[in-house]
Amino acid sequence: MSDHHHGPAKGLMRWVLTTNHKDIGSMYLWFSFAMFLFGGSMAMVIRAELFQPGLQLVEPNFFNQMTTMHGLVMVFGAVMPAFVGLANWMIPMMIGAPDMALPRMNNWSFWILPFAFALMASTLFMEGGGPNFGWTFYAPLSTDYAPPSTTYFIFAVHMMGVSSIMGAINVIATILNLRAPGMTLMKMPLFVWTWLITAYLLIAVMPVLAGAVTMMLMDIHFGTSFFNAGGGGDPVLFQHVFWFFGHPEVYIMILPAFGIVSAIIPAFARKQLFGYTSMVYAVASIAFLSFIVWAHHMFTVGIPLVGEVFFMYATMLIAVPTGVKVFNWIATMFRGSLTFETPMLFSIAFVVLFTIGGFSGLMLSIAPADFQYHDTYFVVAHFHYVLVPGAIFAIFAGVYYWLPKWTGHMYDTALSKVHFWMSFIGMNLTFFPMHFVGLAGMPRRIPDYNMQFADFNMLSSIGGFMFGVTQLLFLFIVIKCVKGGEKAEAKPWEGAHGLEWMVPSPAPYHTFTTPPDVK
Amino acid sequence: MQLNPAQKTIVKAIITAVGMFAFVFVVMVPLYNVLCKVTGLNGKTDPNPYKSVPAAVDTSRTITVQFLATNNKGMHWDFKPSTHQVKIHPGEIGSLTFYVRNPSGKNMVGQAIPSVSPFEATDYLHKTECFCFTSQPLEAHEEKLMPLKIIVDQDLPKHINKLTLSYTLFDITEMNKKRTAGL
Repeated sequence: MSDHHHGPAKGLMRWVLTTNHKDIGSMYLWFSFAMFLFGGSMAMVIRAELFQPGLQLVEPNFFNQMTTMHGLVMVFGAVMPAFVGLANWMIPMMIGAPDMALPRMNNWSFWILPFAFALMASTLFMEGGGPNFGWTFYAPLSTDYAPPSTTYFIFAVHMMGVSSIMGAINVIATILNLRAPGMTLMKMPLFVWTWLITAYLLIAVMPVLAGAVTMMLMDIHFGTSFFNAGGGGDPVLFQHVFWFFGHPEVYIMILPAFGIVSAIIPAFARKQLFGYTSMVYAVASIAFLSFIVWAHHMFTVGIPLVGEVFFMYATMLIAVPTGVKVFNWIATMFRGSLTFETPMLFSIAFVVLFTIGGFSGLMLSIAPADFQYHDTYFVVAHFHYVLVPGAIFAIFAGVYYWLPKWTGHMYDTALSKVHFWMSFIGMNLTFFPMHFVGLAGMPRRIPDYNMQFADFNMLSSIGGFMFGVTQLLFLFIVIKCVKGGEKAEAKPWEGAHGLEWMVPSPAPYHTFTTPPDVK
Repeated sequence: MQLNPAQKTIVKAIITAVGMFAFVFVVMVPLYNVLCKVTGLNGKTDPNPYKSVPAAVDTSRTITVQFLATNNKGMHWDFKPSTHQVKIHPGEIGSLTFYVRNPSGKNMVGQAIPSVSPFEATDYLHKTECFCFTSQPLEAHEEKLMPLKIIVDQDLPKHINKLTLSYTLFDITEMNKKRTAGL
């Protein structure tokens, strides 16, 4: 039986050849953090240029490459792989499975990513520069008027898509087939539920993205005219295809965050999650609605009135299941024995700030008002409020919640609270003023602005630098925790529930080789 | 072949992913084109000549049809309508010409793409003859008068009394070369 209890292989090849879900989860998380710093440094360039009105640091074309690559890297390189990393680490441990269902494919889906992003980053050094058409790469900007490097960008997107689809298939196969006896679907932790639904969204829409970039490739190189009006195509078709992918995509980036927060809030409120069943149905409804609201991103392209009205009301409908979730989180905290450890701080900030982002989303969903807000900094403020304190704070919360389980050490709690407060203040200072400049008409993706926006932009830049520097502190905290620290117990949080706390800390290389008893 | 439950899940998931990729090409694109045709979305007109049906001219109202000629980015031909607007009764044929000249020293191919505004009038503006039905090859420095014949449908909604027919001229010289090379 010695074969069943061997540890990790020695040396670097361990990481190249590993099929262990914990190793792969760690690699995803480290990769995601590297991309977070890469995308973040591009945000620093953007904020430095926007510190003052006028053009001072970078050429406008380079500025455009920065906004484009910042978006692409953060969406596909930082947020999505971080959630896949958490899924790899936690899903098998939460459902009592020994590993993911497809361990070799798991290795492959991770190792495609560094190559995809190396390819994409390399376009910045090519003649004509990298992608400069915005992360949404609307045709014909991304076809007729695109830099020659666009072909590499397209292949990079294909590779990321393949990686995400394989990851999603793996998650579905694991959750549906490897649950421990007694772990029925409606007993699964919400993180598992949200990931199951996210995985379905991924296999439904990542192929649509692949289709969109494939059509671009054919328009650029093979003389087709999907998006070229001169050849009988239609550039607006691109926007429909893109947002048919794009709107489910934004829920792909937030549903696992709902799952993390739904695990953490009950643990530190010392109460059961309020309304578990309604949470599951709310997530499923949000996922369904995400397929019928895409045109709210394109109210201004010229849609018949009936279309504007349909997409407006369908979008507003999403506020209902989202409201159910926010209500349930608050009801869980209500009259609980709250303590404010770092994971809880990030989770509470998530609930409050994500709700602000949700409200600005409701404002944007009002079609007649959207003509005023469209392509302004109000939109930038909105989606950064749902992605930074939404997705990223939830990832921080999850890391601080499970880090003792992963490393066997408790991290420096004082420093982690400094990380929280600096992130919280920096993030609000960066993005809150963007609401005001946006409502006043400052357009997004432009390297210069009118004098009247100068003060708010300077505040945003100061907040941005503060948020950016703070993330190096996070890196320090994690490395310090990996290296050593106070020994963590199997269940370091007294209120925590779930199978992952039944195994010792650090979690052994192989867990649940015999399925646990689920009551 | 007997599949275990996990394999069945995986096969279904792969079929879904491949199916969604195919869905983009075989459903989304044609469906979009059909929707544009049915709703007049984007003011896209019928790419084929209209077969006129005998019908009485409705002299009770007069419709103003305005014409716009625009060059797409990178297209340098001179391109303009002989008149900027005509006033016609529904059912009556309006005819005019568009002047076009290739000022460059090389042979080029142009393609005019029509668009009607407001969208809901798209299906009521018929073209029995239009230079937009085919591409327009022009030799270096060649100039040409291109004919256009329109009929406004008698069923045009009553509240519309002014239409705009806008043409954007695209340079499709390179695209034509790629297409011929691809065949």
